[in-house]
Amino acid sequence: MTSKKYILGVFNDEDVLLNAIEQTRAAGTKIYDVFSPYPIHGIDDVLGIQRSRLPIVAFFCGLCGTSFALWMQIYMLGFDWPMIIGGKPHIALPSFIPVTFELTVLCAAFGMVITFFIISGLRPTLKVPVLDVRSTDDKYVMAIELKEGTDISKLNDLLRSHGAIEVNEKEVVK
Amino acid sequence: MQHVSPIREPLVTGGKTYADITEDVCRQVEAKPNMRWMVALGVALVFLGIFLYSVYRTLWFGIGEWGLNKTVGWAWDITNFVWWVGIGHAGTLISAILLLFRQKWRTSINRAAEAMTIFAVICAAMFPVLHMGRPWLAYWVLPLPNTFGSLWVNFNSPLLWDVFAISTYFSVSLVFWYIGLIPDFATIRDRATGPIARRAYALLSFNWTGSAKHWSRYETVSLILAGLATPLVLSVHTIVSMDFATSVIPGWHTTIFPPYFVAGAIFSGFAMVLTLMIITRKTFKLEDYITLEHVESMNKVITLTGSIVGVAYITEFFIAWYSGVEYEQYAFINRATGPYWWAYWSMMTCNVITPQLFWFRSIRRSLTATFIISIFVNIGMWFERFVIIVTSLHRDFLPSSWVMFSPTSIDVGIYVGTIGLFFTLFLLFAKFFPVVNMAEVKSILKSSTGVSHTHNPGASLHGTAPNNSHKHD
Repeated sequence: MTSKKYILGVFNDEDVLLNAIEQTRAAGTKIYDVFSPYPIHGIDDVLGIQRSRLPIVAFFCGLCGTSFALWMQIYMLGFDWPMIIGGKPHIALPSFIPVTFELTVLCAAFGMVITFFIISGLRPTLKVPVLDVRSTDDKYVMAIELKEGTDISKLNDLLRSHGAIEVNEKEVVK
Repeated sequence: MQHVSPIREPLVTGGKTYADITEDVCRQVEAKPNMRWMVALGVALVFLGIFLYSVYRTLWFGIGEWGLNKTVGWAWDITNFVWWVGIGHAGTLISAILLLFRQKWRTSINRAAEAMTIFAVICAAMFPVLHMGRPWLAYWVLPLPNTFGSLWVNFNSPLLWDVFAISTYFSVSLVFWYIGLIPDFATIRDRATGPIARRAYALLSFNWTGSAKHWSRYETVSLILAGLATPLVLSVHTIVSMDFATSVIPGWHTTIFPPYFVAGAIFSGFAMVLTLMIITRKTFKLEDYITLEHVESMNKVITLTGSIVGVAYITEFFIAWYSGVEYEQYAFINRATGPYWWAYWSMMTCNVITPQLFWFRSIRRSLTATFIISIFVNIGMWFERFVIIVTSLHRDFLPSSWVMFSPTSIDVGIYVGTIGLFFTLFLLFAKFFPVVNMAEVKSILKSSTGVSHTHNPGASLHGTAPNNSHKHD
């Protein structure tokens, strides 16, 4: 059982929050995470979040879908059991396009979404993981991990001076 | 900073705060089911019962329970299938194509529209599966190894493309819808008081915290899914239309079918969205989120797609004459003046004439008129599929095999039964799921109400300012 302590700065407005993030980072404090009820535009830059590489995952999963679909149709109708259907060649590529397209989309979408779930740790659980329940309603919460020797009152002043309406402490037992 | 037009109407009215959005959307999820909802669900369940009975008759006694005959081998089943799939086009169009076009008005209607899509596709899937006669062998449509039969499936057949198109469309729409639901489930979870509700929504919310990193990925995923779903939504009805267009039946064998079917699908889908949203906004008091601006925008889409459909009808007629093929010419003259003239003219009236009323702004912005016209469009689009399918088949090349089609009570039962199935699912969704996408509406709140001159702009700039937020209650 390990427990971690966090200082939670609660904010009321996204612009105040963005400014506070910048100032906090400029002051040399490491921000553990920021929680908000909706995606805030511009937060990636101030938090230093890198652009997600999920589109690349989607592309390669899609490519797998394309190759699999083409291989499947060419193998089945071209080699395993060739048949003349409507006078078309055995490997009638134009009529393989729809299935190839659909499987490309299917694999790209599922591959990307499953990757997103895995890397973000999103899975069905019974526990309530949020640090402050208001962050899924109308508040923005900046969490700073408390380490040995962190000056709490200094952090408190820093957050409040940049517009936090509340500063709370929260312990999470893992 | 984003440019905001002073003449554009706000998308969320009533000076809502972020907390108000949560409150307004969660209210019906958290409240006990009210009487109106129970009565509506009861009626829907009765129709679902009719569906189950008709399905039982179909499976026990076979397809002979339907009104099909050897000339008209496709009738109500395929009509209903195409009708439902068409209705199922609006949701993904709203959430995907409008996302790519940055149409922010989609945010408060996309959730319900996507739910409608998924339920409509479920209803649609019933028809081809039942028409198989032996639905327990439905997995034979998949490319399974030879030991199951003697051959592989035929990849040259549009009917097989349909299997892939519809199942891909269904699963990708479902995933898209669910991804959007996760943050809202988290909101409900964090407000839940009862132990069952908290656990249920905790499971559904997939451990969501609203972390900035997750939101960043979430937005990427949404954008890519929208990019993937956009060609997908266009492909589905294209392929459905190829079920007809690649055959050599006069009346079906036309190259105009794919775009014409896609336009018709969007047309009927938006009509169904309007029918449902007008009821939902009233019942759940969501007038501030689904505003007249939304209704008007959707009506514009209906006018556009309805006009495309109208032009397609006329083009078909012209090409039939211009082709010089007498069978083709006869098929079209027979549609308009033959024994099914009433179906053809119902279709023309409902689909070509009624949506043109939306050129008048007062009609576009009238809820009563919109509701009535949306019903007309749904009826008209059902007749469109009936006309295409039955009138093209019932008089084939040999006059000795000319027949009329009449549905049996089982045909009717399955059709009205799927409407029961649809509404059962939709009512359950409306009660237990957030019908408006809270996170997305919150994300546009600032930019879309900050411009408002009639409401207090301070309300939206400061999340919790106590003010006049319940004007419309």
